[in-house]
Amino acid sequence: MMENEEARSIARREFLKHSVIAGSGIFAASRLLTDGKAASLNEATAQTSASDSVAVRLRVNGTNYGLRVDPRTSLLDLLREKLDLPGTKKGCNHGQCGACTILVDGRRINSCLALAVIYDGSEITTVEGLAKGDELHPLQSAFVRHEGFQCGYCTPGQICSAVAMLKEVDQGTVSHVTEDVRQAGRIALTDTEIRERMSGNICRCGAYPGIVAAIREVSGPAAATGE
Amino acid sequence: MKPFAYTRAANPQAAIQAVAPENAKFLAGGTNLVDLMKENVEQPSRLVDINRLELTRIVEREGGLRLGSLAKNSDTANNRLMRERYPLVTQAILAGASAQLRNAATNGGNLMQRTRCYYFYDVTMPCNKRRPGSGCGALEGFSRIHAIFGASPQCIATHPSDMCVALAALDAVVQVEGPQGARSIPFAEFHRLPGDTPQVDTNLKRDELITAIDLPAASSAFSAHSYYLKVRDRASYAFALVSVAAALDIRDGVIQQARLALGGVAHKPWRAAKAEQVLNGQRADEALFRRAADAEMQGGAGTEHNRFKIELGRRAIVRALTVAANGRAA
Repeated sequence: MMENEEARSIARREFLKHSVIAGSGIFAASRLLTDGKAASLNEATAQTSASDSVAVRLRVNGTNYGLRVDPRTSLLDLLREKLDLPGTKKGCNHGQCGACTILVDGRRINSCLALAVIYDGSEITTVEGLAKGDELHPLQSAFVRHEGFQCGYCTPGQICSAVAMLKEVDQGTVSHVTEDVRQAGRIALTDTEIRERMSGNICRCGAYPGIVAAIREVSGPAAATGE
Repeated sequence: MKPFAYTRAANPQAAIQAVAPENAKFLAGGTNLVDLMKENVEQPSRLVDINRLELTRIVEREGGLRLGSLAKNSDTANNRLMRERYPLVTQAILAGASAQLRNAATNGGNLMQRTRCYYFYDVTMPCNKRRPGSGCGALEGFSRIHAIFGASPQCIATHPSDMCVALAALDAVVQVEGPQGARSIPFAEFHRLPGDTPQVDTNLKRDELITAIDLPAASSAFSAHSYYLKVRDRASYAFALVSVAAALDIRDGVIQQARLALGGVAHKPWRAAKAEQVLNGQRADEALFRRAADAEMQGGAGTEHNRFKIELGRRAIVRALTVAANGRAA
């Protein structure tokens, strides 16, 4: 029995080791493909063939980048693997968890489903771009104060999502739980509204009470000067 | 993901031309297509990026509202005129997906999204929609989320959209452009039942581009009495088991006209015409709503896993009509 378990655990370690090696092989291959033949998209309607890379310009956390990418590259992979910004997390990679949430032109999206080529010319903010030097964004310090996390993996996505969500509320948007969507003006941000508007960010540790408390604090009038 | 060629189209004509080669596809927000490509369910040879086309505006037209096909779901839901005149559409859009997805997903893409049937997504399973002639994994498999109306022996998948259920109830019209010019498709004729060709989701031709979706002026008559009810496995960020778009034009307690459509129950948004017939011209009360629900749901046929949707649908219809009649908009 013991031997069997040990054998299984060794097999598992070997498997993991090989997956890591295989994984880096795939990564290297995609880098090669990406750095191969490049195409320009300056013409009115521009075309590439399947092996071409595409030029993409992005402004990320205040820095301008000009890159050539395989058109299959998601913003998530581009940020993490090409720009060395690993703060944005890969959770499900299918738009079902929100760990990869970033701000594109101030709006929150799932970067895992966003092909970088369609965001050419966009301004991106990731969790690395929220603090001003050593001064945390008010939502970042509120998450610390209220323990809005346990393992922390979903936290960058939660915080980016909350930054955009508070802006959406200021813009007078309604949500699925808003009593009457016909009404105009700013919707009161109750806990029910916070939970619905943040439902695109899953936390498997279940730190939701802390997350809601952190957002509630920052959205309140007392914190308004902190923004 | 399989490699693909990429085209960035500058205008609709160029986009339509570029999508001509077999197996080329339009790319808008990508929230469904990119996901399907990751799973190799979709393997386009070329993506024609239409995001630079000027089809993002939402404008008044002939007293109604014209929604650009590339307007984001989030902007569409929160458009001032939409919230005032067609709150049912606002509610339906906001019942779907998450804020992040609605910020990326477009109106045209919402219409074109594909079923979330597990067997369609799993390339190791048979699926007549993904690989015609390979069989249906759901028929003998786990079919809790599947269709109770209009299914065929080939396919029991459902259409996953919330927005489309409201658009079906409000008689929206889809404007499209193709190599032969422009045409209009009434919403009821846009999506298809599976029949013997479940691989074909809609009556849009492969090289036709959706340019706009029109909400008719007459459908704003329901703004005071409409409600979108979505029943799902969790409170948010989940697809519907059953959803109901209810819209009533009530004067002096009498229903002048009723519109009812169901989501999560068929291969297309299911317009509940039998229930509407029962409701039209009658005094709005719970007994009437029950009769209407019975008239529609008795036509349902479930599997051992999804038979519950018939009773769930009945109760959901009664509740949606009750809330709509009371004049609550959400």
